[in-house]
Amino acid sequence: MNAVGDKKEGQLVHPQKLIVWLLIASIVMVFAGLTSAHVVRKAEGNWLEFEMPSVFLVSTILIILSSVTGHLALMKANAEDFVKSTWLVIVTFLLGIGFLVTQLEAWEVLKADNVYFGGELSNPAGSFLYVFSGLHGAHIVMGLGFLLYVLKAVLSKKLEIQRRKDITEMGITFWHFLDGLWLCLYIFLIYNHEIKIDYGDRSN
Amino acid sequence: MSAVAHEHDHHHEESFVTKYLFSLDHKMIAKQFLITGLIWAFFGGGLSILFRIQLGFPNADLSWLEPLLGNWIQEDGKMDPNFYLAAVTMHGTIMVFFVLTAGLSGTFSNLLIPLQIGARDMASGLMNMLSYWFFFASGVLMMISLFLETGPASGGWVAYPPLSALTDLGEAAPGQGAGMTLWLTAMALFIVSSLLGSVNYVATVINMRTKGLTFDRLPLTIWAFFVTAIIGLLSFPVLFAAALLLIFDRNFGTSFYLSDIYVNGEALSHVGGSPILYQHLFWFLGHPEVYIVLIPALGITSEIIATNSRKPIFGYKAMIASILGIAFLSFIVWGHHMFSSGMNPFLGSVFMFLTLIIAIPSAVKAFNYITTLWKGNIIFTPAMLFSIGLVSLFVSGGVTGIALGNSALDIQLHDTYFVVAHFHLVMGAASFFGMVAGIYHWFPKMFGRMMDDRLGYVHFWLTFIGVYMVFMPMHYIGIQGFPRRYYSYSAYDTWSDYVNPETFNISMFISIAAFITFSAQAIFVFNFIYSALKGKRATQNPWNSNTLEWTTPVEGIHGNWPGEIPEVHRWPYDYSKPGAKEDFIPQTVPFSETPESNLEGEA
Ligand code: HEM
Ligand SMILES: [Cu+2]
Repeated sequence: MNAVGDKKEGQLVHPQKLIVWLLIASIVMVFAGLTSAHVVRKAEGNWLEFEMPSVFLVSTILIILSSVTGHLALMKANAEDFVKSTWLVIVTFLLGIGFLVTQLEAWEVLKADNVYFGGELSNPAGSFLYVFSGLHGAHIVMGLGFLLYVLKAVLSKKLEIQRRKDITEMGITFWHFLDGLWLCLYIFLIYNHEIKIDYGDRSN
Repeated sequence: MSAVAHEHDHHHEESFVTKYLFSLDHKMIAKQFLITGLIWAFFGGGLSILFRIQLGFPNADLSWLEPLLGNWIQEDGKMDPNFYLAAVTMHGTIMVFFVLTAGLSGTFSNLLIPLQIGARDMASGLMNMLSYWFFFASGVLMMISLFLETGPASGGWVAYPPLSALTDLGEAAPGQGAGMTLWLTAMALFIVSSLLGSVNYVATVINMRTKGLTFDRLPLTIWAFFVTAIIGLLSFPVLFAAALLLIFDRNFGTSFYLSDIYVNGEALSHVGGSPILYQHLFWFLGHPEVYIVLIPALGITSEIIATNSRKPIFGYKAMIASILGIAFLSFIVWGHHMFSSGMNPFLGSVFMFLTLIIAIPSAVKAFNYITTLWKGNIIFTPAMLFSIGLVSLFVSGGVTGIALGNSALDIQLHDTYFVVAHFHLVMGAASFFGMVAGIYHWFPKMFGRMMDDRLGYVHFWLTFIGVYMVFMPMHYIGIQGFPRRYYSYSAYDTWSDYVNPETFNISMFISIAAFITFSAQAIFVFNFIYSALKGKRATQNPWNSNTLEWTTPVEGIHGNWPGEIPEVHRWPYDYSKPGAKEDFIPQTVPFSETPESNLEGEA
C-alpha cells in the first residue's frame, strides 16, 4: 500500500492530490513573503539599478514549453497511451534541465555585470534576484525529482492504471505550478527590479 | 468499508523500533510529541527559574549553581550577563515553539483528529512520523546549542537583526556565533516538521471524516486543530523566508537586513539592508503563531467545558465563526508589534484598528464559555478546573492586549514588562492550561488509566494562584517603565527604588512566586508517571462524553475501531437534552432511537 492511499468512497478529493495542493499553498507563501520583502525594501531607496539578463527570456520560453509537453504527457497518460506519455515526460524533464542551465547562465551574466549575491559589492536589489532564481531553482530540482517519479509510474507494469494516471497528474500539477511561479517572478522582476522614478542627483 | 476493516484484521508482530520509535500510529506519535514537549517544558521552565534568580536576587552569591552552569557563573559568584540573555532567548524559543506548538498541537491534533472524526489513522502515517522526527532533530540541535562553550543564541526569541545577523564573536554576543547558527538550523527543521504536520491534519479532516460527520457536526476541538493547521501552513513558510535571508546575511555576505553597522568604531561592509524588513517578515508569522498556540487550547477547552457543564456549548456556530474570524484577522495585524519601529503613523492606525477588531471574536469566545458554564451541572474535574482557569487567563491577558493595541499607549509600553505580562497570561499561561487540561481529560484515552484527582486539584490551585502572582505584578513594573530582557535593574537610579536588593521588593516577590509555581509542577509530573503505571484503570467513557473517541476500546488498537467505523448521526453537544433518558447522547446514536428528546426536524 502506498503512504496515503487512493481516493476512497465518500472522500471529497484524492488525499494525495490534496496534499500536493497544500504544499503548493505553502510554497506560494514563501515567495509571497520574499516578494513583499522586495517591495518593502525597494521603497526604502539605496537600490542598485541593473539590466535583467536577456537569457532569462530563454529560460522562460523553455519552461513554458516544458509545461506544454508536460500537459501533453498527462493527456496521453489519461488516454492510456503510456508510451507517448513516457517520451513526453522525458522531454519535459530535459526542458527542465535546460531551464536550470539557463538560470545558471543568467547568474554568470549578472556577475559579469557586477551584480553580486553577497560580498562588499552586493546590493539587496541583486541579492533578491539571486534568491528568487535560486530558491525557485531548488524547487525545480524537487520538481525534476517528482518527474522522475512520474516517469517510473508511466513506465511501470505493476501499478494499476488509475494509480499511474494519478501520479502523472500530481507530478504535472506540481510542474505547472513551478512554471506559473516562474512566470509570476519573472513578470514581477521585469516591472520591479529597478526604481522607475527620477530621484534627482544620485551621486553618492 | 469492509475492505478497509479487513486490512487491519491481520495483526503483524511489531518490534520495539516500529512500535515505539518509528511508529506510524497516530496515537503513538501523539504520545511522542507529548513526552518530548513535556521534557522541553521542563528545560524551558528551568531556564526561567535561572533568570528569575538573577532578576529577584541580583546580588546573591550564585556559586552554588556552578556545578550546573560551570563558567556561566563568574568568579565573583554572579551570573554571566551573556548567560542571562541566552537563558531568556532559549526560554522563549523553547516555550513558544517546542512546548506550545509542537507539544500542544502535535499531541492533541495527532491524538484527537482521527479519533474524533472516525478515521483509522492520519491521511499519511509516513508524513506524520517524519513530522515527529524532524521535530526531534530540531530539538537535538537546539539542545546541542545549550551546551556550546559560547552558549546558545541570545538575541531574543524573535531573533531580530542586526544582533542576530552578526556572526563573529565580539560583534554581538558570544551566543550569536555557533549558537545562532544552530538556532536557525533548528528552526528550519522545526518549520519542516510543522508543515508536514499541518498538511496532514488538513488533509485528514477534509477527507477522512466518517459517514454523517459533516463540518457542522464537528467537535470544536477538530475545528480548532483544522484552522490552526491552515494558519500554520500559511504563516510558517514566511518565517522560513525570513530565516533564509538571515542565513544569507550571516553566511553569504548579503545585506538584506544589515546596513551601516558600526562595530568598535569600524563600519561593516554590509550596506543597503533594512532590519525592519525582518520584523515585518517575522511578525507575519509571529502574530499568527500566537494563535497557532492558543486556538488548539481554546478548542480543547470548548470540549471539556461542554462535557463537564453537562450542557451544549453555547453558540456552537458563533464559536466556529469566531475561530475563523480570529484566524483571518491574525494575518493582518502583525504591525502592532512594530508601532515603535518608525512606522508611518497612518499605517500604525490601520494596524491599530485591525488589532482592536480581534477583541470582538475573542470576546465572543469568552462570553460563550461563561454562558456554557452558566447554570450547568458543573463537574469539577481537574481538566475542567484548568479549562475554567484558561478562560480566566484569556480574559485578563486579553484585556491588556486591547491596551497595547492602541499605538499611542503601546509606544510607552512596548518592550516593557507590561508586554511580558500580557502575553504570558493570554498565550503562555492560557495555552499551557489548555495543554494540561487536555492531558487530564484525555489521559485515559492515551494510557488507559485515570490520573489522580486530588493531586490534580492541588496542582491546579497552586498553578492558578501562582501564575497570577507571577504575572500580575509585572503589569505594574511595566507601567513603571521596566524594559524587558535587562540583566539587572538595581544599577539604574530610575528603578533602584523599586528593586532595592536590600529590602523585600516586587522582583523578589515575582521570583519567589515563580519558584513555587515551577515546583508545583512536580506534583503533575509525579501524577503523570504514577498514573500511567499504576493509576486506576479507565472505563471506556469515563466522562460520559458524546464524541467518537470514547467509543474506541480502552486499550487502543491499530485502526482505532475493531469492527466498522461508527457512523455519526448528530452534533457532539447533546448534553442534558430535555426529555432524554440520560444527560448525554453520543454522536453515534441515531435520532430514531431517541424519539423522546428529538427536536423538530430531527428524525
Ligand atoms: C484582544 C486581543 C489582543 C490584542 C489587542 C493584542 C495586542 C498586542 C500588542 C499590541 C502587542 C505588542 C506589544 C508590544 O510589544 O509593544 C502584543 C504582544 C504580544 N501578544 Fe497580544 N494581543 C491580543 C491577544 C493576544 C493573544 C490571544 C495572544 C496569544 C495567544 C497574544 C500574544 C502576544 C505575544 C506573544 C506578544 C509579544 C511578543 C513579543 O514581543 O515577544 N496576544 N499583543
Ligand atoms: Cu500580535
